[in-house]
Amino acid sequence: MADFLLFDEEFHLIKDVISRLKTDAQAKVVFVVDKNGQQIAAQGDLESLDTTSLASLTAGNVAATDGLAKLIGEKEFPVLFHEGERDNVYIAIVGQRVILVVIFDEHSSLGLVRLRVRKATQDLEKIFETIQRKIESEKDRKDLDSPFAEITDEDIDSLFRE
Amino acid sequence: MTFINYAAREINCKIVYYGPGLCGKTTNLQYIYDRTNPSAKGKLISLATETDRTLFFDFLPLDLGTVRGFKTRFHLYTVPGQVFYDASRKLILKGVDGVVFVADSQEARIDANIEALGNLEKNLKDHGFALATIPYVLQLNKRDLPTAVAVDELFRQLNFKGEPTYEACAPQGTGVFDTLKAVAKQVLMELRKK
Repeated sequence: MADFLLFDEEFHLIKDVISRLKTDAQAKVVFVVDKNGQQIAAQGDLESLDTTSLASLTAGNVAATDGLAKLIGEKEFPVLFHEGERDNVYIAIVGQRVILVVIFDEHSSLGLVRLRVRKATQDLEKIFETIQRKIESEKDRKDLDSPFAEITDEDIDSLFRE
Repeated sequence: MTFINYAAREINCKIVYYGPGLCGKTTNLQYIYDRTNPSAKGKLISLATETDRTLFFDFLPLDLGTVRGFKTRFHLYTVPGQVFYDASRKLILKGVDGVVFVADSQEARIDANIEALGNLEKNLKDHGFALATIPYVLQLNKRDLPTAVAVDELFRQLNFKGEPTYEACAPQGTGVFDTLKAVAKQVLMELRKK
């Protein structure tokens, strides 16, 4: 399976989209993770949040729900919503590959979040299509300056030296 | 599927610990968590039942350091070992970069090991991977138990393709980091090939 590569240009485009979404939806935090649980970008009040764990659990949640969907004959559940006493989590699948997560409280509403997410999802889909195209074209480039092409045994051993 | 983030200069890889129920997958992660510098690890998350049996997965993010200017992050996962959790087990393998098979050395668990190995092969295949080509390490755990079967015999029954094989006693940590290092090394070597 091809690796997922994220370049500066698209990274900033994604950041712009989720930053706008955070403002428009009056959300606390917005982040994007891939379906394997790797965080791609995040915006908002992140200091008190363990975003790595959030990314992994979100992906687990979506994977389990995808499994449920298939069991009852659905392709996927494109939207998940968890309502808490104070904070709520709205999860939307983007282009079947990426997960958009919005955390919001009483300063916003489900309706507003849903509306703003719809627009952001379309923008993100386009960006991830570009990324996919780039990954495809990079695959054919033998001269790509991969940071790992010349990795040595010593480099790897040094990671485990304490 | 490795995630290379050129913007943040990070590389993220996913390693899954697989094996029959109660073979010591969670104990491996627990030991790694306990012995890793706080700055290099995230929270150890366990989605377990009230009796501490893994229900969905355990998750431990580890920062190993920098290779060629890229921060290397390994995300370690375990699967639920019990046979009837197969649907959840399969989900965890999505996007995996390397697999550790933790075998239970006890004689009574030989069949369970073989069944779990077959299950791994099948579930990998369903995700488009092959056990024959994916970075893979075998760990023979519980070597300290009196009922442990001889290493040669376990090797003959469980070694799939001549993969690196380590004897372990996970609660004490014997073989735990050797196993992790061996699989991490294969995953990084795989990147070199690409």
